[in-house]
Amino acid sequence: MRLVFPRGLRPRLVVAFLLVAALSALITAALTFRQARSAILDRTQNSAVRDLRLQIESLAPNLPPDPTPTDLRTFARQLDRASGSRGWHTAVSRDGGPLIGTADEIGGTLRAATKDGDTTYYERVERTGDPRLLIGMPVTYTSRGDGAEKPSGLVVYAVLSLHGERADISALITAAWAGAVPTLAFAVVPALFAARRVLRPVRQLRTAAQKITSGALDTRLDVVGKDELAALTSTFNTMAATVERDDAELRRMEANARRFAADVSHELRTPLAAMAAVTDALDEDARSGTLPPDTADAVLLISDETRKLAVMVEDLMEISRFDAGSAVLQLDDVSLRTVIHKTLQLRGWREPDEVITELPEGDPRIRVDARRIDVVLANLIGNALRHGTAPVTVRATSTPEAVVIEVADHGPGIPDDVLPHVFDRFYKADAARSRSEGSGLGLAIATENVRLHDGTLTAANLPDHGAVFTVTLPHQPAPEDPS
Amino acid sequence: MPRVLLIEDDPAVRRGVVLGLSRNGHETEAVGTGEDGLEALAAFKPDLVLLDLMLPGMSGLEVCGRIRETSRLPIVILSARGDDMDVVIGLEAGADDYVVKPASAAVIEARMRAVLRRVAPAQADIGAAAGCTTVGDLEIDRDALIARKRGAELPLAPSELKLLLFLSAAPERTFSRRQLLEDIWEHSYYGDARLVDACVMRLRAKIEEDPRHPVYVQTVRGFGYRFGPLPA
Repeated sequence: MRLVFPRGLRPRLVVAFLLVAALSALITAALTFRQARSAILDRTQNSAVRDLRLQIESLAPNLPPDPTPTDLRTFARQLDRASGSRGWHTAVSRDGGPLIGTADEIGGTLRAATKDGDTTYYERVERTGDPRLLIGMPVTYTSRGDGAEKPSGLVVYAVLSLHGERADISALITAAWAGAVPTLAFAVVPALFAARRVLRPVRQLRTAAQKITSGALDTRLDVVGKDELAALTSTFNTMAATVERDDAELRRMEANARRFAADVSHELRTPLAAMAAVTDALDEDARSGTLPPDTADAVLLISDETRKLAVMVEDLMEISRFDAGSAVLQLDDVSLRTVIHKTLQLRGWREPDEVITELPEGDPRIRVDARRIDVVLANLIGNALRHGTAPVTVRATSTPEAVVIEVADHGPGIPDDVLPHVFDRFYKADAARSRSEGSGLGLAIATENVRLHDGTLTAANLPDHGAVFTVTLPHQPAPEDPS
Repeated sequence: MPRVLLIEDDPAVRRGVVLGLSRNGHETEAVGTGEDGLEALAAFKPDLVLLDLMLPGMSGLEVCGRIRETSRLPIVILSARGDDMDVVIGLEAGADDYVVKPASAAVIEARMRAVLRRVAPAQADIGAAAGCTTVGDLEIDRDALIARKRGAELPLAPSELKLLLFLSAAPERTFSRRQLLEDIWEHSYYGDARLVDACVMRLRAKIEEDPRHPVYVQTVRGFGYRFGPLPA
């Protein structure tokens, strides 16, 4: 159960947050800028038009009713002079005639627009990086008779530089940037904070899941808040509780089953002890010929089976000790050669008719529980003699890390479908096979004994017929005081 | 034939063992509790005690300790315990050997014979000289099978005496625990080496001045035990 983030949730969350922040900052800045820009331009425009109108109204009455171009030039010059700080340039045109004055660049559109009407027009032009405001203002006069405004046919054109305003607007843009960039930088902080808040429960969940995976089933998380992550955490806790309960139940059942096996074998021992004590007497009488033949057979059967039962119960007890974890190693420094030869000698296996040994030079000393290693070797060699054909080869090699003992036979080998199960308890390769071969626990006990030495026991088939069992025993740590 | 006192609470086991031993010619007395066993000790005068550890009332361990207080009678534990810690405690309490139930009469017989043998069979091979030898404060009389310390006879149980005789017959030679197990207890090579350790412990408690720093029965790390040499 690994949580894999292809690129990490944190960077993704931060980037998304920054994008949103940048977008909103941009939109805000753009709207503000537009608004401010038009406000600035409108104000400039309005005040320029008002000023121009004031000047025209104060100077126009001085014009003769039918002004000559010279009068118009003077009028334009007077207007230029009155421009004050605005610094406009003006030109006057009469009835659509040529422009008289200092203002040039008056476009055809403006002239056409102001030609007939009495309305003021203006336009903004930008030429070669120099923004200008063009104003076209028809001059009217007030009729003496009815006081109505009448067009005089004169149109005053003015050209103003918008350089100052442009500078103001540039300053606005600069200010908008100056605001947006730190805002974005600052946005990283809440973004990281938010990512942290979101990711902390996720990280806790991952840690908790890892703990559960490694066996700490009592892991629980604090549920904080009421959001989706809290719901997930709560579900996680429920799941962990269920797993823990099921696990405890399974363990309890397994422990019960094992204790039952241990108790049963223990209880069987006492009646067996009574029976075992008399089997020798039974054998003796049955073989003496004093009993009727049927009875003698029955008696021999009982004493034989009693002995087998005793072995079986002993094996069960042994397995129970492994299951209960109460099996302990009685380590001893022994010679590898002696260990193997004693096993053969005790079982009456002859060399080299039945068993061929190939032992390393120099007879290394090994630190093992000799009794357990004897159990392992006797089981493997006994199996090999039963299933294969004599002689069985016992080959021991010693490396700096471990002692390896191979027991190989020349039998038919182990069928492929049986091989994975040879170490299972009570596994019988052939359901019809007689059980006279042992308790069915031999290899399971051998495996446990080797495992107790931190070693391994494996089974394999040789390429040219025969099975081979390999015991690997790592060298045990420094010897302790045997006293 | 040696007389055997069997202290065992289970009637079937008692009957079975008595039957098996009687067949081999032993005169056997069987009792069901430790208290009865201690009483029978005086009346029956057995040559050996077969003792079950799981007894009602007084435990087998306690019986073992009580017998050792007054006598050097050979004691063989008859144990049915799956967990053999009790066997070790029994051995430390002074028992000479043990048999795990279920055991055939032949096995019990073999154990008893080994314990009753006054000297280890392998001792002849070493060629130990008979007579008295004195090492430090210890005086070992191989003819009388007695060990004295500063003139006082040591109350050594059979296995302890045998171990002392065996080790002292070959001074400064190291014997592995497995070898001692085979030669003194007549167990198989793969027997329980704790038998040796428990016996060494008991022997040291009786012969050494300071059992934690033994001079007579010394430990050779990684190999086993040896007798001496005494520090100069």
